[in-house]
Amino acid sequence: MIEIRRHNAGFCRDCFLHHCRQQVRRTIDDFDMIDADQRVLVAVSGGKDSLALWDILLDLDVDASGLYLGLGIGDYSDESGRYAREFASSRGAPLTEIDLPADVGFDIPSGARRARRVPCSACGLSKRHLFNQAALDGGFDVVATGHNLDDEAAVLFGNVLHWSEEYLARQMPVLPASAGFARKVKPLVRLGERETAAYCVLRGIDYIVEECPMAAGNKHLWYKEALNVVERSSPGAKAAFYFGFLDRARERFACAEGPAAGLASCSRCGAPTTGEVCAFCRLVERATT
Amino acid sequence: MKVLLRNPRRELDVAGPIQVHALLDRLGLNRESVLVIRRETLVTGDATLQDEDDVEIRPVISGGLA
Repeated sequence: MIEIRRHNAGFCRDCFLHHCRQQVRRTIDDFDMIDADQRVLVAVSGGKDSLALWDILLDLDVDASGLYLGLGIGDYSDESGRYAREFASSRGAPLTEIDLPADVGFDIPSGARRARRVPCSACGLSKRHLFNQAALDGGFDVVATGHNLDDEAAVLFGNVLHWSEEYLARQMPVLPASAGFARKVKPLVRLGERETAAYCVLRGIDYIVEECPMAAGNKHLWYKEALNVVERSSPGAKAAFYFGFLDRARERFACAEGPAAGLASCSRCGAPTTGEVCAFCRLVERATT
Repeated sequence: MKVLLRNPRRELDVAGPIQVHALLDRLGLNRESVLVIRRETLVTGDATLQDEDDVEIRPVISGGLA
């Protein structure tokens, strides 16, 4: 049994798994995320969210392949990669791997230090660039990530605290494809991370439980804790906050969205950029010298 | 009972019987932020844990800002 207080419901195992699949199906349909014949590249970390997402997409008969990015974070990366491989093998699903140290030339801990960036920032930039590039190179229609309701509510909370209008304008569970950018979708936004963790436990999916050692103390985790304090007293508050924003407020920030037109191609890798060299190539240069 | 906690990984001895919600309150944990697992299955907040149980309290909050 698992209780989901925001739905004021308790579920047995089979009903809960059905509930999770239904929530993802509904999200895909409501936001026109994935067409029936499209190929999807799932960004796989070895954590609960990305493995639950991949599992559910496969059960929904989506053509979903995985891409695991090795970040070079010691034992944490070794273990994460092992869980990603074990899952892919158990489901007979194709998994591609990119190893940041071997294939690009730096690992997150030392590369971020050399580049004078916060590790989570260097990691996020690397993931966005490499997943997008892999999707374009591999002919995938869509990149799917395991961002869940808690992730999106926490990001929204931070963006509202700082009134980051450009980020608020882009905070949608779907980012359409454009020149140089694959379509990006977040099919888990109707599931909280307590639900994705429970899904993995009940499905027998092993995932990395330990937190990334680089993430300790980051603001994103504080925001999640703060929202869970609210959620405990007011079940459903996170969902009301996030979906209320999408329904009633996001369009008000649309004019703050950065210019899609006018992007040039990076002189080194060809990715879209506002300057001569894209942010990822600048990171690589600083992280490897 | 043995109670396994994560991040960092550690083990506590807690006397049973005790209700799950009472155990979480005693440890200062928010029920929205954890799962309680006994014998590889989930346990609800109103369940009673016995002295001979092995219990894992698994955090569900994860992630850097990626």
